[in-house]
Amino acid sequence: MTHAVDLDEKPASIEQRVDAIQSLMQDHGMEPAPFIAEFKQGLESHWVPDNGARVVAKAWTDSAFKARLLANGKATVAELGLSMPPHHRHLVVLENTPTIHNVICCTLCSCTAFTIIGLPPDWYKDLEYRARIVRQSRTVLREMGLDLPEAVEVRVWDTTADTRYMVLPMQPAYSQGWSEDALAAIVSKDAMIGVARL
Amino acid sequence: MDGMHDMGGRQGFGQVRYEPNAPVFHEDWEKRVNALYSLAVKRGIFNMDEYRHAIERMEPRHYLAASYYERSLTGLATLCVEKGVFSKEELEARAQGLFPLALALGHGRSNARDRESFKLGDKVSVRTEHVSGHVRAPGYVRGKCGVVVGISPAYPFPDAHAHGVTADDEPTYDVRFRAQDLWPDAAEAAMIHVGIFESYLVIAA
Repeated sequence: MTHAVDLDEKPASIEQRVDAIQSLMQDHGMEPAPFIAEFKQGLESHWVPDNGARVVAKAWTDSAFKARLLANGKATVAELGLSMPPHHRHLVVLENTPTIHNVICCTLCSCTAFTIIGLPPDWYKDLEYRARIVRQSRTVLREMGLDLPEAVEVRVWDTTADTRYMVLPMQPAYSQGWSEDALAAIVSKDAMIGVARL
Repeated sequence: MDGMHDMGGRQGFGQVRYEPNAPVFHEDWEKRVNALYSLAVKRGIFNMDEYRHAIERMEPRHYLAASYYERSLTGLATLCVEKGVFSKEELEARAQGLFPLALALGHGRSNARDRESFKLGDKVSVRTEHVSGHVRAPGYVRGKCGVVVGISPAYPFPDAHAHGVTADDEPTYDVRFRAQDLWPDAAEAAMIHVGIFESYLVIAA
């Protein structure tokens, strides 16, 4: 069955289309309204980069935890009460070092470890980042404000399957000796994607 | 399918429209769309592979011009219509206007019959295949050689799972490629890693 898209005619507004599908889902007994309310709550309280920031801070202060995290990300974030959807069966944690810089992307769509590092921002899902980060990684990072020394190897990770990735940033020298809470407060989503250093 | 969604390595794009720590949502309807497709998945109306593929099947000009959450909405609506939950006419009557959907579904396929498993350090190459249905190997690694640096648990095979075809779950491998091998004439030095299903790979000679 083909649904032709008539590009000459303007579609209904996006809000009208969303309202239309929500009301049809309502008519079919799917009860979208309470689900939306609960989902919005989840967006604000569960799928936030503070989760990943706690993981990073713990890894910086507890070498045994870090070793477990690098060996098995999904099982180890669970120690902090963090979970991933069942279809994300594996979490690979990528450690930045003075000579290796990791950065993640999804060239085919928008896949992210969203329950750990938060939902991806617009630019991550936009055409420019998806097209260019795999091919012009160093230039793209420089344009985004991260100018890496030539000696640093860039490692790009394209999230094409349901395994998820996050970057373990380097701990900034100025933060040595800080508490886990203080450390977590300086870890950003962008650093866990790998487009920023701390 | 060699669709417009397969963006990796395409040239001609300008700077990333980046702002540090950018907000995820701008409008309330974006959150509603995100919730509604999650609800449909939870209700078993479709799975994530069907959802991704429905977005890939959008008319290319629509795909490129639509915002991320408009693509989400189009994928959700297309699958609800294709699964017989409600019709395009009902959607357009409620929306009081046109409701563009994605184009028709192609053919799925099961696992490669001759697939083999790999271990860390194996040199592998990506099969040169052009399929009309869903596939999760980006075009830029097709026919290219790399090294296995990670092994993930078995997942539903997307080429089958997006099409209601029966298949075994299979592992994915993180394969490391040199950017200069992917685009010999125009790439910056880097190591590019792609999560690749077993059926897409063979041992490199």
